[in-house]
Order: sequence, then structure tokens, then C-alpha cells
Amino acid sequence: MYAYDELDRTLINERVSEFRDQVKRRLSGELTEDEFKMLRLQNGVYLQLHAYMFRVAIPYGTLSSEQLRRLAHVARKYDRGYGHFTTRQNIQFNWIKLAELPDALADLADVGIHAMQTSGNNTRNVTSDQWAGVAPGEIEDPRIWSELLRQYTTLHPEFSFLPRKFKFAITASEHDRAAIKVHDIGLRLYKNAAGETGFEVLVGGGLGRTPFIGKTIKQFVHGHDLLSYVEAILRVYNQYGRRDNIYKARIKILVHELGIEKFAREVEEEWLQMRDSALAIDDAVIEDIRSRFTYPAYEQLPHMPDELKKAAHDPHFEAWRKNSTFPHKVPGYAIVVLSLKPVGGPPGDATADQMDAIADLADRYSFGEIRVGHEQNLALPHVARRDLPALWKALDKIGVATPNVNLVSDIIACPGLDYCSLANARSIPIAQELTRRFANHDTANLIGRLHVNISGCINACGHHHVGHIGILGVEKNGEEFYQITVGGRADEKAEVGTLIGPAVPYGEVANVVEDIVEAYLALRARPDELFIDAVKRLGVEPFRERVYATR
Amino acid sequence: MTSPLQQKIKITGPSVVTANRTWDGIVIWRTAAQGWSAELSDAAVVRTADDARALLAESVADDVGAIGAYIAPVDVRDTGTVKPGNLREHIRSAGVTIDLPVPA
Repeated sequence: MYAYDELDRTLINERVSEFRDQVKRRLSGELTEDEFKMLRLQNGVYLQLHAYMFRVAIPYGTLSSEQLRRLAHVARKYDRGYGHFTTRQNIQFNWIKLAELPDALADLADVGIHAMQTSGNNTRNVTSDQWAGVAPGEIEDPRIWSELLRQYTTLHPEFSFLPRKFKFAITASEHDRAAIKVHDIGLRLYKNAAGETGFEVLVGGGLGRTPFIGKTIKQFVHGHDLLSYVEAILRVYNQYGRRDNIYKARIKILVHELGIEKFAREVEEEWLQMRDSALAIDDAVIEDIRSRFTYPAYEQLPHMPDELKKAAHDPHFEAWRKNSTFPHKVPGYAIVVLSLKPVGGPPGDATADQMDAIADLADRYSFGEIRVGHEQNLALPHVARRDLPALWKALDKIGVATPNVNLVSDIIACPGLDYCSLANARSIPIAQELTRRFANHDTANLIGRLHVNISGCINACGHHHVGHIGILGVEKNGEEFYQITVGGRADEKAEVGTLIGPAVPYGEVANVVEDIVEAYLALRARPDELFIDAVKRLGVEPFRERVYATR
Repeated sequence: MTSPLQQKIKITGPSVVTANRTWDGIVIWRTAAQGWSAELSDAAVVRTADDARALLAESVADDVGAIGAYIAPVDVRDTGTVKPGNLREHIRSAGVTIDLPVPA
């Protein structure tokens, strides 16, 4: 966990006071909606179909049990008893009243949570690997650098009015769980051939109506140069990014139009002028941030305790253990993923009661810490393996132990037309139907790793472009239709999926996905050839044929 | 962003003006009595572009009471019952098409 200092606490509290005054002036008519809109957006307040939506940041996906309980409290007191975890380590409340928002923000501020820059044309919540600090083989905890960037970007005056929103993601592992290649700036912490630690910097990734995979702009940037280098990128973007057309305003378009080489030259020129400025970070700053992260006092524990040996006879426990627990950097411990994808449930939603129960379980079994992943699941990052059987029983009781992590029913989905004012089609009912179709755990296991991502419009909040199977809702003559792509992925080998053919109607989507999965099972070279690898080998044609031959 | 009043108004059938209530965000419809109602059945129904423009203008003028006013299509049944004219408006009127995680 990271402990905020007095400066952070003051900043958050002042922001609540400011927003309280702004809301008061809005409700009295002193501020028009045109004047107020930007202010509410900068505090994470959108207007959706049925109500205001309130987006709260969970920087680098790390929550304390106290913070999760407070989110439960906000869900219960100010909303309808649940929240929706998003693909960018935020939580959204869908039914909040503007008049009560300042109180909700104040309650969150008490535990160091805020909604600053969760919307608007500024730098958004800095996201990271949800297994940061506990993943085996990690170079170092990427949250230290995420926190540096959080401090640097929060209310940065020069970058509060960018051409468009701007998103950072950081990983320090070989396997990218933070989807850095589809962010405006992606940072990969690694050791170079000389054994020095630094960042590969990628730029211009993003999804939406024009998807691009990020390109490497600089192969190696030392940590002490990180801020000056990203500032150089932001300055070039701020200067040249288009403000005349919202659809061409993201940095990905600028990088694409200039070309990565020319863009990199512009950045290099800018950087050389400021590299040795106050933005050069000395070790003391990093050490100060590092010292504010606390890590558990792990015990020396056996890898295979008696409790685990005994529980191995229970096939339900074993199914969950094999699917939802992952190796930890400390022997005797595990990372436990809590599936927020129950059969028939909306992906990423958690009720206030579930949040409270998970907070209690985090206190009991995970040193009071919870993580939020971009796949819209939660994780307990420090669980002793001896505690897994007891934890599983407790998680199962509250409905977050569905053993479907990384399987076909572990679906990423945006809120879609059920909630969102931008959506053209519904996402959640499609996801729910798919979880029912693939509810059989043995079948899902036979299929193996398969990511289905669903967006209700081209803005791609459900990351459909990078789903192994991507589903995009479109509207045709007042009806919901869905385009299907295959072959996308969001990890270190990120790719944008390929459209397989004409859009299909709402009622056909689940059948089409079943057809694609059946084609894969028939065509895979070996039982352990993953869906995504089979698509890479075969191309999309066999899947296209299977889907459209009879349609 | 272009003001709704500056946008070209073209309607193809009976229409209403809808918005969200400022203080709590709930869905509301403009009534013939120059007020707002949380019931679609209370909405003023217009059938010409001029009437729609006038209804939208008075709705947008109430910046304190409502946010994001726009013209939405409706179906008027033989019985006179007013129903939403498309799926989006149906969802705004009737609520989400899924069971909420916590029943209301």
C-alpha cells in the first residue's frame, strides 16, 4: 500500500471543497451547464442515460480494505448498492445524484480516494499491472513509477487542457497484464544488456474508432529521465495534436500522421532542451516514494501445506485453485483472482455487500490489500497457500469464486446501451448470454484461454479490438447489430483483431461465438494450442467460412 | 459543441423533448404546461419541425431544471398511449434491460 502525505490529503480535501461550491453554484443557477460541464468532468462526473455516472480512480489498481469498504459505503448510501469496475482501474457508480456528489467525494477523501482526472482532456488515472510487487520475475514494483507519474500529472497546469484524453500504463513484467501497447504512453520497465534498469517507451497506442498498437519511440530511458521524456512527448502532442476534430485528436493520430520517426525527432529535440531541468529525478525522490509503499511481513511457509493437500480431494476447490490462483514471488503465498464474471451476471459489477465481504477477507488473508485488474476482476495479492481452502469457501459464498479466469466467460464488457449515452447497442446482455452458453466448466477448460471483449459502440471501452474474439455493437435502421473480429490481443504481442464479415443481429451473437469456438476446437493443431495461436496460424478465413456458410 | 438549437431539426413523426433533471439526473420529459415530468405519458407530443424547435427552445431555456435536452421520437398508439420510438428511448424510459445486481 502507498501512504499519502499531507500534501496529497490537503489537495484531495481542497478539491472536495471546490467541487462542493461548484455544485452549489450549478444548482442555484449561478453556473450554467456549459460552464459547469468541464468542472464536473474533471471530477469524474458524466451524464448517462438514466442518471449521472461517477467514476472514481483506483491508482495503479491498488486498494486497501478500508478504501474498499468506503467504496461499498458510497455504493450503498449514494447509489443503488453496487459499483462497476472498469478496464482502466476505476470504479463507476451509475445512479448518483449531483446534489449528493460532494458528500460522496468527501466520504471518499477521508480514505484517500478521489475522482480527479477520471474524465476530461487531461492525463487520466495511471494504470499498472494488478500483480505489481508480487509477480514472480518482476524487475521491480512498477507502482513506484506509477505513483511518480500520478504525482507529476495530477493537476499539471500545462497538461490540463490537452487536445484529448491521455492515458499511461506501466508494466515491469515480461507478460504484459496492463495492456501497455494500447495506451497513449506505454512503459515497460526492464533491464538492458548492461544490466541497467529503465523504460522502453511506447507511444500512440489506443483503441476507439481508429485502433493503433503503440510504437516504441525510445528503447531505453533511465528512471531519472522518465519525467522529462514523457513531458517532451506531452509537449509535442500538446503543440501539434489536432483540436479541430475530436476523432483525430488523440496522440495516436498525430504519431500515425507524422510517422514515428518524425514524431520521435520532435520529441528528442524537445527533450534535449529540458533533460537536465528540474524534471531530472534524483534517487532521493524515488526512494521517498518507495519508502511510502509498505509491504507485508511475509512468513516462511511451505509451498504445499497440509491444508492444501487435504483440500485437493475436493474437485470444486481444485478447479478453482487451478484456475484462479497464481504463483507469487514469495514461496508459500499465492495471488488469488476473484472473478467478477458470475454466470449470468454483468461483467465487472460488485455489490456493496460483496465489497465489504472482500475487504474483510483481505484483512484476514491478504494483509488488507486488494487489487483491481483491467480485465474487470479483483485480486487478493498476498494469500498464504495454507489459507486457500478457507478463503475459497468464503469467496464462493459471496459469488466471486467462479473458476473462469482467462476462460471464455471471463468477458470484458462496457456498460453498453443499458447505461451509456454514447452506446449504439447493448453489451451486458450479450455477455450474460455467453456466460450461460459456456457455463460448463469442463467445456470452458477444454477450450482454454480465450478472451471475449464486447463494446457497445466504436469508442471501444470494452476493448473489442484486442479481444481474441471481439464484439462491437452497431445500430442499423434502429436495430442492434454486432461486428465480430478475431485475433486481437492486448498483451506483449498486442494486435488488433480482424473483422470476419458482415454484422450479425443481436439474437445471433452467442450462436456466432459458439460457431467460432467449435471451428477452433475442430481445427486446433493440439489440445494446448490456444485459440489466439490457432487464429495466428490459420488466419480468419476458416472462422469466416464457419460463421457465414449457413448465414 | 453545437447548441441543440443550432442543429438542424428534422422530425419524421411524433416527437417529444426529453432531458435529465439537473439535481439528480433522472430522465424527464417536457410537458405541455412548460414543466417537466418523470412520466413519458405526461410529455407534450409535437408533430412538426417548427413545434419541435419551439418545445426544445423553451426546454433548453430551463438550464437550472434540466440538462441535455433533445428531441426524441415516440410512437403514439391508437389509444393515444405514447411509447418510446426507439430502443435507446425505451431503455431511458423503462430502465435497463437486465436485472440490477441489487434489486431496487
